[in-house]
Amino acid sequence: MNASNIQVLVIGAGPAGLAAARAARARGASVTLLDSSDQLGGQFWRHLPPERPSAEERMLHHGWATFRELSETLEADDGCQIFRGAQVWAIERSPERVDGTAVGLPGAVHVVVGEPDGVGRQRLALRPNAIVLATGAHDRTLPFPGWDLPGVFTGGAAQALAKGERLAVGRRVVVAGAGPFLLPVAAALATTGATVLGVFEANRAAALVRGWLPNPWELVGAANKGTELAGYLAGHLRHRIPYRLGRAVVAAHGSDRVESVTIASVAADWAPIPGTEQRIEVDAVCVSHGFTPRLELAIAAGCALTADRFVKVDDGQGTSVSSVFAAGEITGIGGVDLALAEGRVAGHVAAGGTASDRELRQDRRRRRTFRGFAARLEAAHGIRSGWPGMLTDGTIVCRCEEVSFSALCGAAESTGSRSLRSLKLSTRVGLGICQGRVCGRTVEELLGRRLVGGLGDGVTADRRPIAAPIRLGELAADPVADVATSGVDEFDQRNSESTRGPT
Amino acid sequence: MGPRLFPFGVDPIRPEPTTPLTIILDGVPVAGVAGQSVAGVILAGGTLGFRRTSVHGTPRGVFCGIGICYDCLVEVNGRRDVRACQRRATEGDVVTTQHDALPPGGAAA
Repeated sequence: MNASNIQVLVIGAGPAGLAAARAARARGASVTLLDSSDQLGGQFWRHLPPERPSAEERMLHHGWATFRELSETLEADDGCQIFRGAQVWAIERSPERVDGTAVGLPGAVHVVVGEPDGVGRQRLALRPNAIVLATGAHDRTLPFPGWDLPGVFTGGAAQALAKGERLAVGRRVVVAGAGPFLLPVAAALATTGATVLGVFEANRAAALVRGWLPNPWELVGAANKGTELAGYLAGHLRHRIPYRLGRAVVAAHGSDRVESVTIASVAADWAPIPGTEQRIEVDAVCVSHGFTPRLELAIAAGCALTADRFVKVDDGQGTSVSSVFAAGEITGIGGVDLALAEGRVAGHVAAGGTASDRELRQDRRRRRTFRGFAARLEAAHGIRSGWPGMLTDGTIVCRCEEVSFSALCGAAESTGSRSLRSLKLSTRVGLGICQGRVCGRTVEELLGRRLVGGLGDGVTADRRPIAAPIRLGELAADPVADVATSGVDEFDQRNSESTRGPT
Repeated sequence: MGPRLFPFGVDPIRPEPTTPLTIILDGVPVAGVAGQSVAGVILAGGTLGFRRTSVHGTPRGVFCGIGICYDCLVEVNGRRDVRACQRRATEGDVVTTQHDALPPGGAAA
C-alpha cells in the first residue's frame, strides 16, 4: 500500500504518541491522534491551559522545546487530525476471514469524544490500517495505614496540579516512595511555593549502587537523562530539600485530613524497622512506588505481554497483533527519551516503513541505550518484597470498595479459593469504579503470597473489556461516522464487508 | 495551611494576570482561576475531603489527580459521577458533593 493511503491511529498524545504521529506523517500516512485530555503532551508535559499564558513556562519542564515543536507541527498539519477529550472505551480483536486467518487490519476502535465524564458525547467507531498504542502509565502507590485520608496524594497528582494549575497540594509536604520520579515531584512542589520537608526513598544506598554502578560506560549514551536528573538534584540543593534513603512513610494520621505522617527506617526488603519511627507534621504527603502501564487497550486488542507484564514488541515496535504497534511506558518504564525513540520507530513502521530503515538508525541506538537505563531503574528502585510489613489489619487495600487487608486475607483463608476472580467476587476487591487500576497489582501480590501455590486461575487485574467507565446512554447511542473529518470518513469508507470485524 | 495556588506575582514562570471565576460548591461560592480543574478550585478553596465513602463514611478527595482513581467524583450542573480532576471549571458551575449510601440491607464491611 502506498503510504499516503495508510490511516494510522495513534492513541495517546504524550511523548511516545506525539513522536509516532510525527514520524507517520513524515512517511506520508494520514494520522488520527487521540487523547483523553483536552491538551497534548500527556502527563510528562502536562502544562498550563491557554487561558494562563506565561513567559517562562519552560522552567517547569524538560524537553519543552521538543514538545512545542512536535505539538505545533502536528496542530498545523492537515494530514493529522487531532481529537482531544477522546476516550477510547473498547477496541475489537482483529477481524478474521471465514477460514480464521487474519486480514492484517486491526479491529474497530470505539471512542467517545467530549467533556470528560460528560453526557451525550459523540461516539466514533474508527477502523484504521494501523494503530500505535501509546497509552502510558500511571503511578503505583502501595497501601499503608491512613493512605485513604484526604491530603495523601500520588506523586503524579502533585505534579499535575503544580504544572497544570500552579497549585501546590500543601504548604508542608513530604514526598516518599521509590524511584527517580520522586525528584521531579519534589521539584514541582518546591517551584510552586510548597516547603518540601524531605524526600524519602525506600531503597537503601546499597541497592542504588547495585542498580546504577555496574558497567557505567553503558550510561554514556544516556547522558541527557543524567542531565535531567542532575537538574532536579541541583534544584533540591537550591531549595534545601533533604533526600533520605532507606526510609518510608509507614502511616498517615489525621481525622478528616492528613495532619502528620510517621517515617520509619526500612530494611533492604522494605520491611519497617520497629523503634525507628519519627512523626512529622505535614498538610500533604505525596507517595509513589513506581508505575503501572496502562495495558487495557493492548490486552483488548489481543497483544501478547512480556513476563514482567509490559506489551511485547519487536524491533519495529510491532506487537504480536498484525498492524498494532506499541511505544512508550506500556513497553517498559524508561522515561521520555526512550518514549520518543520508540514512538518514532512505531510511527515510521506503522506508516509502512521497516525497522531497519536508515533514517531510524539513531532511534535504534537511543532505544538500546535507554532500555539499559530502564533496567537499572528497576534494579535500583523496584518494589521489594517486605512492603506488606507496613499494613495493619484495618488498612484499606481497595480504596473504591473499602476492602481491608484483614477482610482480604480472611476471605482467602476461609474460602480456600486460589482464583482471583472468585476472591474478587467474594470480597469485592478491585471491582470498584477505578476497575482495579489503583489496587489490582497490590491485591494480586498480597493474595499470591498468602495462598499456598499462589493465585491459580491465570487471571490478572489488567484486563478490562470496557476500557473506561462510560454512561449507559452513550453506550446505547449509535456511533456516528459523519463528522466532517477526512480521517473518520475514510476510515468508514474503507469498512467494506470483507474487512468488517466481529461486532 | 493546605493547598494553594501559587500567587502569580511571585511565580518565577512570569505568568500573565489570571481571569477569576467562581463556582458554587454545595451552595457556597468558591473563587478560582479560568482554566483550573474543578478539583483544583475546590482544593485551593481549602476543602480536601469532599466525598464520603459508602461503607465507612470516611472523607475522600483528590488522590491520583490524573483521572485514574475516581476518588474525586462530584456532581457538576446536575450530572453525577464527574471526575473533578478531569473537568475544567467554568464560571458559575454548580458543584455538589456526592455521598453514595449503600442500598438498605446491603453489604457491611
